Amino acid sequence: MLTKKQLFTRGMLDISPHMLSVIPFGIICGAIGVELGFHPYLVYAMSFIIFGGASQIVFLQLLSGGASSLVAVASVGIINSRHLLYGAVLSEYLEKLSFIKKLLISYVVVDQGFAESNKFFKKNRSEEFLHYHLIGTGCTMWVCWQIATLSGIVLGSFVPQELGLKFAIPLTFIAIVVQDLKKLDHVIVMITCGLSSLLFFDAPFKSYIIISPIIALFVAALLLRLKK
Amino acid sequence: MTLTAIIFAGILTYFTRMTMIALISRDMLGDKIKAVLEYVPSAVFPAIIFPGIFINDFGTFIEMNDPKIFGALVAVIVGYFSKNIIATISAGLVSYWFLIFVVFN
Repeated sequence: MLTKKQLFTRGMLDISPHMLSVIPFGIICGAIGVELGFHPYLVYAMSFIIFGGASQIVFLQLLSGGASSLVAVASVGIINSRHLLYGAVLSEYLEKLSFIKKLLISYVVVDQGFAESNKFFKKNRSEEFLHYHLIGTGCTMWVCWQIATLSGIVLGSFVPQELGLKFAIPLTFIAIVVQDLKKLDHVIVMITCGLSSLLFFDAPFKSYIIISPIIALFVAALLLRLKK
Repeated sequence: MTLTAIIFAGILTYFTRMTMIALISRDMLGDKIKAVLEYVPSAVFPAIIFPGIFINDFGTFIEMNDPKIFGALVAVIVGYFSKNIIATISAGLVSYWFLIFVVFN
């Protein structure tokens, strides 16, 4: 049985390699916000209030492009609706927590944190304080994201665009799913999702980000039925 | 004005994170749904990976000889065999930079 502190540390360690892509991306997000002409305080406020990577860039780009606030808010909601799926997976491991603790822990659920904690949860179901792993991944992400976006706001256009550091984001997610390429059913689900995301890329409000997972999960359900 | 919009976007985002964790109990999800949920990482992350590789900043498809495709392939191979996140990201970035700064320059 691991202690709370050990689990928290394990969460920190499990997510820290992803900071190699998260920190440059955060710097870019901060820099883009200022470049688009928004007040630095507003750009930073987003990292604290929304705390949602790409959705922050989309929000500012839409507003600066003349879209209404309603469209910008709706787009953020749709882009981040993928968290509903993460929550559904995590709920099984967090059900023993009090309602207040569930409300607090929810704030730090992010893509990479979900991915790494979910991997850990599957292997260590019997641990009593499992949620400390999720707090560890989430808090590490939170601190790094705040520092990175702040640095981007201060450094501004100092970050060379030619480096194409945004490319680090797909790479970090490749690192997360690559071991599942060993399983044919997962490969089929991944390809379904990937191709759907390209097909529906121009769907309104960036909804490809939730349409393609739903299609892929339907395919997963079909595969499960075929397996039986 | 913008701050109000940010606050609404933040509340909405928080609800996407909180809803399933706080309001769903174990009994509400049947075994079949749980089995499908096993596929969530494989069903969600390619929607971030594919557009990040195949679609450029202007929202159009890249050419088939784009350095990003090569970088992603290197990352997949290195990631598959090394099982190491830092190695995967670095291999992808370095091979991408090698193409754009050395080969295509």
